[in-house]
Amino acid sequence: MASILSVQNVRKTYQSGDRTLPVLDNINLSVEPGSTLAIVGPSGSGKTTLLGLCAGLDRATSGTIALHNIVLDNLNENQRAQVRNEHVGFIFQNFQLIPTLTALENVMVPLELRGEKNIKPIAMELLDKVGLAERGHHYPTQLSGGEQQRVSLARAFSNNPKILFADEPTGNLDAETSDKIVAMLFELNRERGTTLVLVTHDMELASKTGRIVRIKGGKIISDEPVMTPIP
Amino acid sequence: MQKRGLNPSWLVRMAWRDSRKNRSRLFLFIASIVVGIAALVAIDSLSHNLRREIDLQAAELLGADLEISNRRPYTEEQIQLIDSLGGRRSEERRFTSMIFFPKNSGTRIIEVRALGGEFPYYGELNTEPATAGKSFRNGRQALVDQTLMLQFGARVGDSVRIGRTTFLIAGVLKGAPGQSGVSASVAPVVYIPLATLPQTGLEQKGSRINYRYYIKWDQPVDMQAVEKRIEEPFELEGINWDTVESQKEDTSRSFRDVIRFLSLVAFIALLLGCIGVASAIQIYIREKISTIAVLRCLGATATQAFFIYLIQIIAIGFIGSLIGAILGTLVQQALPVVLKDLLPVAVSATISWPSILQGIVMGVVIAVLFALLPLVSIRKISPLNTLRISFQQSSTLKDPLKWLVYMLLFLFVVVFAYLQVEGLRQAIVFTTGVVVSFLVLSGIAALLMWVVRKFFPVSWSFLFRQGVANLYRPNNQTRILIVSIGLGTALICTLFFIQGILLNRVSLAATDQQPNMVLFDIQSAQRDSLVSLARQQGLPADGTVPIVTMRLEAINQITPATLRQDSTLKMQRWVFSREYRVTFRDSLISSEKLKKGKWTGHVQEGDPIFVSLEEGFAERNSIAIGDTMHFNVQGVVMPTIVGSLRSVDWNRMQTNFLVVFPSGVLEEAPQFHVLLTRVPSVEASARFQQAVVRQFPNISIIDLGLVLSILNDIMDKIGFVIRFMAAFSILTGLIVLIASVLISKYQRMQENVLLRTLGAQSRQVFIITALEYFILGAMAAATGIFLAVISSWALAEYMFETTFTPQILPVVIVFFTICFVTVAIGLFNSRSALSRPPLEILRQEV
Repeated sequence: MASILSVQNVRKTYQSGDRTLPVLDNINLSVEPGSTLAIVGPSGSGKTTLLGLCAGLDRATSGTIALHNIVLDNLNENQRAQVRNEHVGFIFQNFQLIPTLTALENVMVPLELRGEKNIKPIAMELLDKVGLAERGHHYPTQLSGGEQQRVSLARAFSNNPKILFADEPTGNLDAETSDKIVAMLFELNRERGTTLVLVTHDMELASKTGRIVRIKGGKIISDEPVMTPIP
Repeated sequence: MQKRGLNPSWLVRMAWRDSRKNRSRLFLFIASIVVGIAALVAIDSLSHNLRREIDLQAAELLGADLEISNRRPYTEEQIQLIDSLGGRRSEERRFTSMIFFPKNSGTRIIEVRALGGEFPYYGELNTEPATAGKSFRNGRQALVDQTLMLQFGARVGDSVRIGRTTFLIAGVLKGAPGQSGVSASVAPVVYIPLATLPQTGLEQKGSRINYRYYIKWDQPVDMQAVEKRIEEPFELEGINWDTVESQKEDTSRSFRDVIRFLSLVAFIALLLGCIGVASAIQIYIREKISTIAVLRCLGATATQAFFIYLIQIIAIGFIGSLIGAILGTLVQQALPVVLKDLLPVAVSATISWPSILQGIVMGVVIAVLFALLPLVSIRKISPLNTLRISFQQSSTLKDPLKWLVYMLLFLFVVVFAYLQVEGLRQAIVFTTGVVVSFLVLSGIAALLMWVVRKFFPVSWSFLFRQGVANLYRPNNQTRILIVSIGLGTALICTLFFIQGILLNRVSLAATDQQPNMVLFDIQSAQRDSLVSLARQQGLPADGTVPIVTMRLEAINQITPATLRQDSTLKMQRWVFSREYRVTFRDSLISSEKLKKGKWTGHVQEGDPIFVSLEEGFAERNSIAIGDTMHFNVQGVVMPTIVGSLRSVDWNRMQTNFLVVFPSGVLEEAPQFHVLLTRVPSVEASARFQQAVVRQFPNISIIDLGLVLSILNDIMDKIGFVIRFMAAFSILTGLIVLIASVLISKYQRMQENVLLRTLGAQSRQVFIITALEYFILGAMAAATGIFLAVISSWALAEYMFETTFTPQILPVVIVFFTICFVTVAIGLFNSRSALSRPPLEILRQEV
């Protein structure tokens, strides 16, 4: 089966004055469609940088990244934006809802960017799925952290992404709310056949995925399947 | 991959949605330009209305179809030519003389207008009672300028003496064709009937009289043909003439300069506001980084993100400009009142749609241009900011688009200035001046921030350190406030200082032993008696200075006719048409220095006549040593040779001349004399003036006290207008201040709330906030005053050539007023952080 995400010999460095700081070195990774994957590692290991590169938010210093068979390396920023809009969904640790938009409008934005019409019912259906149908007209500041992350989930799935990237999706939530969000995330993922790549410190969350990639010092130190993902 | 379009409808929708929680803030940004637009629209509307009124009232400005004026009596041929023009005709003689009010023995120099005929043919002499404008012509009656009446407490029916004749005041003169409040300040006008002029004894040979004719045709006349007939003979003889059309052009031209000046002052207010907009938008965009990053993550392109905010700016720019235009139209109602002393015609405040349209377009364009500076940074906001905030502002030097925006801004200012001044060089000078002022103020702000940071008072108490540190922390308002408030303060203070310098310069003359009174129009026969009268009163009188009036007929081979034909000649156009007042003496005086050539003090009959010229006059007219000059001394042509060039200190109250003849030439020519003396007090001055006016009614007197009062009056009238316009800059500065405080309110609020959460009391937060704004206000005011002192010193030193001592008290008042207003606004806008629970604010402000 062709992979939905292919990372080959990727290297990422940052320039700090005269010094070149390596962040990722010789990363190779292949993710199959519909699978789930967790990237874990200590702070500063480069996992969020890897997520950003895979999602087309940044360019690798060298190496090749292909997303849904589209090689990102040679695309300009606008072309990568289009790839993100058409194939990628995002969930962030700090929710990243647009504060001036209502919950419903936040969910509608990816579809609006595509220029699609009659999108309100789709967005409402997604909000309904995350249990917030009644809160569509509320602004982010009027929602609790858990509710904001649920809106974020609805937004992430609104464009039917092929792949979903989640950066510490429960990092800002309490245990009880985290459980609910994780359950929703995996349910929607299964239901829509989306590939899920998440970055986390939380091994319990990581073990719910089918595969765990460990990073340390910018290198993959292990890449193992989870034998029995916790449901 | 198929390329997606911009999706404009979504952009507009997003711009609208994104503005939801920021509309009041966005409006506040744009409020900074409202005042500038209002000022521009007001001035432009006034300009439109003024042009229209001048067109409508041009005939009233002149009072006739044709006005002819000459400094000498007309020759027979000239009168024949004037006779041949036909039409109805009035005659007038104008000259300066003294008026004497017997009721209180008051005297003052005035402009006498001896009028014969029905003039004015268009409009009227505005008098109180209204009938006096016509009735004064019957008998020995006068119309006296209203300020003069007020000054001397005179009433209609009182007597005044002019020359040897006593006149009954028939009415108060409130206005005459083409007369403005300022011109009346210099020499108040008194009308008397022409028939009574001989009785005054003021019309004598050598008197400085302006002879005028006013002509009115009852049937339409081809004015171009009339002008063609009189052009050559009149121009050659230095006779001036004005038609309704030329009067219209002259008036429009002189007011164009005033309007241009006011427009440029208004434009500076607008530029100040725009800097406020740019600064506010920069902070706004910084706060929008995460929103923009999210949009980029979700697939919006950099261009789409840029357009979302551009649309917001265009929209608020339009609303702000519209409000500015409405406000400007309202302000325009007040302008004719503000400018009443300078306007030659009554101006009605009619709505000027072209001005409103121009103001709106200008507001939108300039708001967008200035907002572009921070807006182009949006292109550089990476979607990575959603994962970690790592936005770093792109370096201005590295972004070519920012350079393009800077260039567009510079071009815009140049083009605007060019449209106002209609000269590319002046436009570039204005723009460069504005840029340099802004850079200086901005540089001073940067320097002050650096100094505060470098020499941070670590040993001070926490409250003081916190307040001082706010000056250079991220999102500080130091630069924007110093530029906006500083420039407004600098404008006001410079104006104030210049007024002081001018008055001081005149007053200085009174402090040393220089003469402070000039008596002129002294006839040769009166010289000795006048000198002895002065001495009897204990006044110094070392002798009189003779003055002979003459005209220049040729310089080398160049005559008025050749100058007219050859535009390559570097000579002033008036070099031949002006009247030269020349003296003769055998030595240089203390205000003169020989710069070139050889001084010739005396010549014998038949010798070549070597004259001495003031060096600037010679330079301006390309006259060199050895050149010949033919003077017409009241009918006698006198060939002379330029023998020497002198520098002259014009600042001294002395009789200084462009041309000095040697003795032995002009002694027999018709002449009058000038006497300089020094009166020790106001009382002595009044006593001497009364005695002179009684004994020698033809002699005019001007004393330093009068010069000071005239100067004060003019400065008050002009200064009020400039202060009115500078107030727009100050107001803009205040709005920018309010906007800056509110924009950074969130950052400050977080800090303050954090301080309060950590246990700080309201009083402590109050002190920190007050201290920060006090330092800001103090720095802005001090910078403005500093700039005003520097520029005033430079003006005093190099332009007015006098010493400059700033008056301390008004400066202290200005300084503390600005500090107080800044602190008050700062505290008012931060009050919620002082009085409400921290959590409530944090929740609300997110």
